Amino acid sequence: MSENLFELGEYIALKLVDEVEHFTLERGELTIFAKREYIVKTIRFLHDDNQCKFISIADICAVDYPERELRFDVVYHLLSPIHNQRIRVKISTDEESLVPSITSIFPGANWYEREAYDMFGILFSEHPDLRRLLTDYGFSGYPLRKDFPLSGYVELRYDEELKRVVYEPTKLLQQFRSFDNLSPWESAEYILPSAEKEEENRDV
Amino acid sequence: MGHNMSEQSMRNFNINFGPQHPAAHGVLRMIVELDGEVVERVDPHIGLLHRGTEKLIEHKTYLQAVPYFDRLDYVAPMNQEHAYALAVEKLLNIKVPMRAQLIRVLYSEIGRILSHMLNITTQALDVGALTPPVWGFEEREKLMVFYERACGARMHAAYIRPGGVYRDLPQDLIDDIEAFCDPFLKVCDDLETLLTDNRIFKQRNVDIGTVSLEDAWKLGFSGVMVRGSGAEWDLRKSQPYECYERLDFDIVVGKNGDNYDRYLIRMEEMRQSIKIMRQCVELLNSSEGKTEVSSMNAKIVPPKRKDMQTSMESLIHHFKLFSEGYRVPKGEIYAAIEAPKGEFGVYLISDGTNKPYRCKIKAPSYAHLSAMDFLSRGYMLADVSAILGSLDIVFGEIDR
Repeated sequence: MSENLFELGEYIALKLVDEVEHFTLERGELTIFAKREYIVKTIRFLHDDNQCKFISIADICAVDYPERELRFDVVYHLLSPIHNQRIRVKISTDEESLVPSITSIFPGANWYEREAYDMFGILFSEHPDLRRLLTDYGFSGYPLRKDFPLSGYVELRYDEELKRVVYEPTKLLQQFRSFDNLSPWESAEYILPSAEKEEENRDV
Repeated sequence: MGHNMSEQSMRNFNINFGPQHPAAHGVLRMIVELDGEVVERVDPHIGLLHRGTEKLIEHKTYLQAVPYFDRLDYVAPMNQEHAYALAVEKLLNIKVPMRAQLIRVLYSEIGRILSHMLNITTQALDVGALTPPVWGFEEREKLMVFYERACGARMHAAYIRPGGVYRDLPQDLIDDIEAFCDPFLKVCDDLETLLTDNRIFKQRNVDIGTVSLEDAWKLGFSGVMVRGSGAEWDLRKSQPYECYERLDFDIVVGKNGDNYDRYLIRMEEMRQSIKIMRQCVELLNSSEGKTEVSSMNAKIVPPKRKDMQTSMESLIHHFKLFSEGYRVPKGEIYAAIEAPKGEFGVYLISDGTNKPYRCKIKAPSYAHLSAMDFLSRGYMLADVSAILGSLDIVFGEIDR
């Protein structure tokens, strides 16, 4: 199975020299790293080519890495029921760049892209209907970004006097606590005084 | 004046379906644009049950994330836990003992019956049949009791955990599940006498909500929604996980891709589930099924209470596992199971710490509901609720 996938990865990399950066095969899963501007062409090839036939879309999601220059990954999971294979296609993007929408190939991608826009603020070009999907009407901010606080910015309640629901800044009854239980013995690197000296000696 | 009248009658109507509607199967608001009684456009507004599950999971340890999966598709809770457990186990690279696999499969099939039973009967209710829910919910209640006897909760089980299952099943529970199987087949037959040849039920469902196989794949459908259109595709067979490879059961495939075929598939799948459950019970009672119920890796699975009372190491392990949790090696994985509603997938990214960096939940009914516009166009207003019922949607997993 994984040998087949490796061959498939080589085949795709060979056919799409300009569009695909590289591919990896980890834990029996094939990942193709594509270039953002060519994503439609890449997906089109994976959909049409006889050796690929990835005719079904399983999922599209985004991942946020705030420390990177291109902070978002958009991850496409495709499924080929004909060859019984799965593939993952990854591209990188940032807050401003447009990602070409693949709704022309997979109409089922519509809501997944809307969700990525709603949750991360990733913009898709040529999307037929790029509106917010899961968040409240009139919501602002992108909740799944790593810099969005878990408790959010606003909370709502029913106001007895106004006879309607009102928005207010989030008030926490107790301080928000985030426990870091990571074991210090495994994570931190303690520099022993003697080792420090050796380090200095080496510099000299 | 007459001219104005004719202009008036040309106007399209916008109907607001939901958010509180008995046929919406949860909190769904749909804007339905009508030309007379014919549907022109459907725009589902979802997210009324959005709880930010994915964000919450990023702030919890791997074990603490398990109960969130019960609250996704809350009519078949353990199936979701199963997908998550498989994802974490693949990242940790641990094997689950046979007995745990059998228990997982047994409860996944119970979940499948729970879900199909709810869907068949409430869809019948949507098209006007009142008796099926009354008959079906009695059986669901019995299955819920099996859930409760295994883990202590009727719905929010937190039973299937990475490494195995929470605890072993008592023998009398296994015997009772075995005793449940045969009478249940009788209930299925009885239920079919109410629906399968029922004239009204057929009029409301045959050739309604038809989808071709090619469209079904493109729209990202899975499970019953592609099998109804003729695909012989079931992850339990095509990409087997746990011990499904060893079990004998059939994939049920439809022909026309309409509501009625999907109903027939769900009906037959319940019988197939019973077949699997019987095999599981048999294997659980054999010598092969008499193993531990979770992996023996003490760095992942908490120690038994008995050990904790005598061993300091066990006590330390227990404390560390429920405060720090376990670290999962860096990497990413997509694990999918055949949930009752289709392919339920968990895409997990680990950065090597004790909390997932990202956990994307691929819910089958999300893709199905997104095709609501495609499926309902050109049908009558009354068909909208029949199609909606046939999609088998649950808002816990759509809104997440």
